[in-house]
This record gives sequence, structure tokens and C-alpha cells, in this order.
Amino acid sequence: MKKIHVTTTVNNDNVEFLCDPRETLLDVLRDRLNLTGAKEGCGTGDCGACSVTVDGRLVCSCLVLGAEAEGKKIATVEGIAKGEELHPLQHKFIEYAALQCGICTPGILVAAKSLLEKNPDPTETEVRYWLAGNLCRCTGYDKIIRAVMDTAADMREAS
Amino acid sequence: MNDLSNKGPVAKPLPHDAALLHVTGKARYIDDIPMPVDCLHLAFGTSPIAKGRIQSMDLSEVKASKGVVAVLTADDLPFTNDVSPSIHDEPLLSDGTVNHVGQPVFLVVATGHNLARAAAKKGKIDYVEETPILTMDEAMAANSRFEDGPRIYTKGDPAAAIDAAPRSVKGTFEIGGQEHFYLEGQAALALPQEGCDMLVSSSTQHPTEIQHKVAEAIGLPMHAVRVETRRMGGGFGGKESQGNALAVSCAIAARHTGKPCKMRYDRDDDMIITGKRHEFRITYRAGFDNDGQLLGVEFHHMTRCGWAQDLSLPVADRAMLHADNAYAIPAIRIESHRLKTNTQSATAYRGFGGPQGMVGIERVMDHIAHDLGLDPVELRKRNYYDAPNNRVRADNTTPYGMEVTDFELHGMTDQLLETSDYAARKAEIAEWNKGQSRLKRGIAFSPVKFGISFTLTHLNQAGALVHVYQDGSVHLNHGGTEMGQGLFQKVAQVAASRFGVGMDVIKITATDTAKVPNTSATAASSGSDLNGMAVKAACDTIRDRMAEFLSERHQCDAKAVKFEDGQVIIGDDVMTFEEAASQCYQGRISLSSTGYYKTPKVKWDRIKGQGRPFFYFSYGAAITEVVVDQLTGENRILRTDILHDAGASLNPDLDIGQVEGAYVQGTGWLTTEELVWDDKGSLRTHAPSTYKIPACSDRPDVFNVDLWDGRNPEDTIYRSKAVGEPPFNLGISTFLALSDAVSAFGDAYPALDAPATAEQVYTTIRRVRDGV
Repeated sequence: MKKIHVTTTVNNDNVEFLCDPRETLLDVLRDRLNLTGAKEGCGTGDCGACSVTVDGRLVCSCLVLGAEAEGKKIATVEGIAKGEELHPLQHKFIEYAALQCGICTPGILVAAKSLLEKNPDPTETEVRYWLAGNLCRCTGYDKIIRAVMDTAADMREAS
Repeated sequence: MNDLSNKGPVAKPLPHDAALLHVTGKARYIDDIPMPVDCLHLAFGTSPIAKGRIQSMDLSEVKASKGVVAVLTADDLPFTNDVSPSIHDEPLLSDGTVNHVGQPVFLVVATGHNLARAAAKKGKIDYVEETPILTMDEAMAANSRFEDGPRIYTKGDPAAAIDAAPRSVKGTFEIGGQEHFYLEGQAALALPQEGCDMLVSSSTQHPTEIQHKVAEAIGLPMHAVRVETRRMGGGFGGKESQGNALAVSCAIAARHTGKPCKMRYDRDDDMIITGKRHEFRITYRAGFDNDGQLLGVEFHHMTRCGWAQDLSLPVADRAMLHADNAYAIPAIRIESHRLKTNTQSATAYRGFGGPQGMVGIERVMDHIAHDLGLDPVELRKRNYYDAPNNRVRADNTTPYGMEVTDFELHGMTDQLLETSDYAARKAEIAEWNKGQSRLKRGIAFSPVKFGISFTLTHLNQAGALVHVYQDGSVHLNHGGTEMGQGLFQKVAQVAASRFGVGMDVIKITATDTAKVPNTSATAASSGSDLNGMAVKAACDTIRDRMAEFLSERHQCDAKAVKFEDGQVIIGDDVMTFEEAASQCYQGRISLSSTGYYKTPKVKWDRIKGQGRPFFYFSYGAAITEVVVDQLTGENRILRTDILHDAGASLNPDLDIGQVEGAYVQGTGWLTTEELVWDDKGSLRTHAPSTYKIPACSDRPDVFNVDLWDGRNPEDTIYRSKAVGEPPFNLGISTFLALSDAVSAFGDAYPALDAPATAEQVYTTIRRVRDGV
């Protein structure tokens, strides 16, 4: 099958790739662009491990085609830190021990960052329901929620 | 154990060793490891039927499918066709018979993961279908089982005790299985080396078992196979034996093609192929007096083991060994049937049968409290084993004859009742429920006493390898694997404390069968107990050599040499650890050592059910409050309070993380996680769309978790206790709280089955309320 030529932006870098028309954005990121931070947990959009944003909108990259990235701005976990400087969410996840095996962590960070950009002052319920599409089998979620709430408070104070 | 003084990082709440890699997306799991471009990808063609024989196989379309390099069946396997961890009853590829829906029949090797999967769907196989044995009743009727008959453990004469008791209850209780749902599915890759050697990376809790099975499968001694595991994206027991098939397939395909081979299960394949927690049916009869004192208990365990033995015998044993939980039962009989069915081969899952045994007796206690109208906490306390400092009972032994000498639950229970404000809340809930027609709240307490040690006694051993380099940096390796539990960090804290150096000096390295051989699975919660001690032994050997050399050179007593704060104090002299290492190197002192540990005191007879299978017990207690809706059966957790015993914790942050996660996972098992097989034996809940593990929105509204301020009376690493599995059982309190809430709708005992899904709660409310 003829490959599609796609021009896009990933974490503010201009990127071009050729992909199969049926190839998912997740597979493109992982297999063609070597960005393996997004993970395949289920392949059906139910677990959130592959979360990225497309033009600022939170999506499961396993449900988006690579070809759909054309002309869009893609953001992944690899772009959350600025060089060596961690994002406040990343600091808080370490501080709160809000991770164990770590494989859901990239998706949860992408989702949480997307929430805080839309809503800098979320209630706990809003955090819980926003992140309800990101499954974590290890932590029981408590530390994750507290890390997100505390980050939001800090970021509000700093702004 | 010498020198328990701790001036190092032990007991500090340090973050997970890979936390920085996790939050930046740089932590590499198997599927993230960069591979050579000619890497091949594997997928299984699987059986669509639960039982039958293969009459003919036409794989021409599979072979012709795009990207396919090779297609292998059992006839193409060069050596052993087996991936069983126990009795060689689990062929990698069907040997002509199929025994469950999803059993691997042929192996596709292709140039891409999706190409391999697509090709695997194209097999044309004719089967002669046979009638499968799917349910426990069918298996019992057909006497389809593992072992010659049921295992029976007995203490006293429970039948007579129950018959003579003032009161008794009896019932039957269904307990569903559980999918592990590690977020990283099973995965392995194999890189062929020079000669015929094979390097395997596997997402496994048991690298030595992978090495063993790969060596058998490609006809090499174990020394020619090296297995490396840096981390897993969750394990929970599901990667103790279930990774064998992938690693063996990769090695066989790599040998066959000469190319690197990788295999990972797609989520649906993973759920359809791999084993899960054992499903149980527990029938019970209990006799007690009017104060609720237990006089005799009989349990009948039926467990659905699936088609192959795997680890089912020790799982079922552990269920029997936890049939008492925290209660001194004067007379008890446990009869355990390990049933062979045409379903996935049930396997290890956090708790390893312990939770099933424990929820059985907790169900009995719940039933008795309802029967007597007695406060369920008071009932439990009356039946507790004696505390070591307050021995009253003539007999304080378990049903298997082990003296309970470390019982912590009296103090823990009192503390938790107070911090959770249990009595006042229970009264308030009763009052609140009176004013409600639609909603009812419930509250329940459950204690945990969990035995620590592998019940297969020879597994209680571990090895370590530690190097100190001449610049003072330390390379740490041991047989334990990292699946998120923080084992690597806890053990590194031990190493840093032994050398008196900072954590930055210690390099944590991937588990590697070439560095530490003959390891046990990281399982049975034993990771830090075993590997912490082995690492301590290795570090102390090096430290003693350094101390001896330096003391001679500085003419002081070796005992006066101290390692602390990154320095070595030799009498009146002080030098950095780096300088000390350099001097020792130049003085031709070996700065590398292995370490070894075997758990003392454990010895028992699993056939008789007598002896000391456990080194010690870990304890925990939880109180959960729920609310249920009688119109829909919907429910949620309002508040949870937990007090858990990790001994003198090696790392309180990591341990609390284990407790919280385990509680939520245990709650999931008994509430939302329902495995449904259809009448053909096909698992219908094989993805997160239909199989519901707890989500962020399900977390308790209020969630208070504390560690008990204790220390292990046994000589464990820094007097800590194992923490992986025991808190899983705290989820039982959620199930009991639902039972309590449901009981508010009427007079009958709810006799709730597990999992208590909304549907199950709804039908149980109808039974309690309307008698239908």
C-alpha cells in the first residue's frame, strides 16, 4: 500500500514521516520517531497509556491515525520537561511517589497537564473524572490525585 | 545479625529509583528497547475451541500473508515443547489436542507486529470438537483434577464441635477470579549471539525460570542463555510463569532465523491466552457459642485451576493456610479440590490463594455476626490469636500447627478503631439508614494475618553480586526483579547503609542471570526480605575486607573502622569512601563479592499440612465505608482507613504506596472485576472495555493510610516486613461493607457473592428486601 507523506510538529519540532494509511499515531511515534514515552496498554482507547495532545486536545494516540497528524501540533510526554528542567507536575509526581511501575505515568502526566491548561483550579472531583480514562494498576490513584491538586495550587500561586 | 545501627538511607522515604525516568517517559520497558532493523515479530495462532483434537491444519494462507518469514507448529520445534513451570504439562504449541480457547497452536514470525497478528488469523484448522469441562461442578462430576484427590488439613474434630455447638451457620460462597491487568502486556525479545548463545530480555518476575525454559527449548545448557530484566510495567504474579511462552518463542524463532525476535501480546490476546487468579467456591459450616467464640469450622474449597497445573498446587495450599486468617479456631477441617478445566491455566496472582482462603473465614465471621447481632469487630477480637505479651489460650497454633508468636492485631485494631472513629460512625450510619429508603450505607472492618515465605521451602534463598570500583562507586545486583514495587530502591538503601555512603554512589542494575544464578521468582512478597539480606551479606564481606586492610595499615582494631556519611573512620584517621576504595584496590584487596541468604526456621509437610511454612506473619487492618443504591445496585466507597504492619519499614513512602495500591486492587477483585466465560468456554471480558479495574474516579473519597509503628521480632533485614501481598487482603473490608449496607434492606443474611458488581448487589438487595 502506498505510504502517506506527513508533515507535522511534535513537541515543537518540525517532523516529516512516511506512514501506512492504517498506521496509528501511536505506532508512528514509537516506531518511526523513536518517541516511546506513549505506551500501548490496550489499543482500544480504554486505558489512556498512549495519551498525547493534538492541537491541545487530549487524545488516545492508539485511536488516531498517523496521517491525521498532518499540519497539527502533537505534544507527548517527552516534551513536558524543558530540557533538564522538569515541569511542576513531574516534580510533584516524584515528590508524592505518585508512580510505581511507571508505565501509565507518561499518559497520566499528559492528561493532567492538559487538564491544568484548561482548568487551573480543578476540584478534586474534576481531577478524578478527568483522569478516569487513565488506568493505573499499581498506585490506587490517591497519590496521583494529590500530586495533581498540589501542582495546581502551586502553579496558581506562581502565576 | 551484626550491627543493626542505621545511619544510612534505610528507612528514609526516598522516591522510586526510576522516578525521574518514569516522569520523562525515558524508562525503557521491553517494547521500548531499541532493536536492530531486521528484528522480527511474533504472534500466536490460537484455538477457537475449548477442547478437541486437530484433524488438519492448512497454514498456506498464513505463510503467504504479507511479511511472514516463518510459521512454526509443534512439529517444527527443535527440542522440548513445554513452557510449564511445574510438571511439563503445558506445550508451547498444541501437540494435537487443544484444551482451552486461546491456546497457542502455531507461531507466526513476520517483519512487523501487526503483520504477524494479521497472518495469525488466517490459519485454517479443522478440529474434532469434544465436550469441554468448563465449570467446577462439571470438573467435580468428572473427577477432573490435579493430584490424586483433595488435600485435607485437620485440627481437632470440627464435625463434633459444630454439632455440639450452641449455634451454627453454613453457606456457600462464590469467589471470582481476577485478571492481572498489568498495564504493560507480556513481552520478550531474543538476540542470537555468537556460537549458539542466546540473550533474552523478558518482562518477567522470574528470569531464572525463563533461562531454564529457553535453554530446554533450544537444547542448550543454562550457561548459554542469559536473561535480563530491567523492569516490568506491573507484574502482580502474572509474570511469574506466563512470560515463558513469549521468551521461548522468541528464542526458538531467533535460533530458526538467526535474527532478533520480539513478541508482545496485544491486550486481548494477553487476556485470552494467559492465566488469572484462581476462582473459588467455598462451602462452610461453623459452630460457635452465644458469645461468638468459634468452636469448630469446616471449609470445602473448590478451585478452578484451568487446563495445566502451573502453580495451582501451592496456590490452593496457600488458600488452606489462610483459612484461619487471624482467628484461633480450636477445631477445623479444610478440604481442597484442585479442579482441571478447559479454561486458561489459572496462575499466581498477588496473595497466591491467600486472599481466597482469607475471604472465606471473613465471610464466616460476617455471617456469625449477623446471626448473633453482635458487633462484627467485637466478634473478631474475641477470636483473635493471643498477643505474645498476653497469652491466655492453651492453644495458640494455626490449623497447620504453627505457633503464632508475633500477633500484632490487638493493638492495631484498637488504634484503627480510634483513628477511624469507628463506633461513632457506625452508630451514625445506623441512624442515617433509618431515614433512607433508596440509599443505605455500610461500614466494615477486616483484619489481615498473612504468612511470609515461599511455601515451597527451597525457594526461600537469594543471591547478590556487589562490586566496589576503585573510584568508590558501587555496582549493585541481585536476583530480585523490579515491577514497580520499589524493590531496587529498598535494596539500594540497604547497600548504601552498609557502606555508609549516599544513594548516588550506588548503581542499581538490571536483574541478570549471568550475574546472579539460580534465583527464585520475585514473588511471595519476599523480594526485599531475601534480596536485602543477600545484598547485606555481599556488602558486609567487602566492608570487612576493607576494614581489615585499612586497620592494619593504620594500626588499629578492625572493629574500630566505621563507614558512615560517605567517609571511612579508621581510629583517628578519616578518609572518603572513594579514597578508601582506591587504597584497598592498590593494596590488592578484592572489592567484589557475592552474597547469599536462605530463610531460617521454615520447614513443613504440605501433604499433612503440618509444620512451619512461614518465617513470620505480616498484619494489617482496614475499615471501609460504602453507600449502595437499591434501585441500581450502584455503590461507592466513601471512606477507607488502613493501618498496616511493614515492621520497621525500609522505605515508608514506597510501602504506603504498596498498601494503597494493593487495597484498591483487592477491592477491584471483590467488586467490579468480573470475568465472564460463555458456555463455549470463550472469555467474553478480554479488554478494559468490558473488564473493569478500578479507575481514578473509584478511589475512596477519604483514604487514610498509616503504617503500624512496629518492628519484626524475627531477624529480617533491618527488622522490616514483607509488604507486597498482605495489604491486597485489606480489600476484603470493602466487600464486607457492601454486605453490611445490603443487610440494612432487610432481615436476611445477604450472602453476597464475589465479585459484588452492581448487578450482584442489586439482586442481593432484592433477596434481602423482598425474598426473591
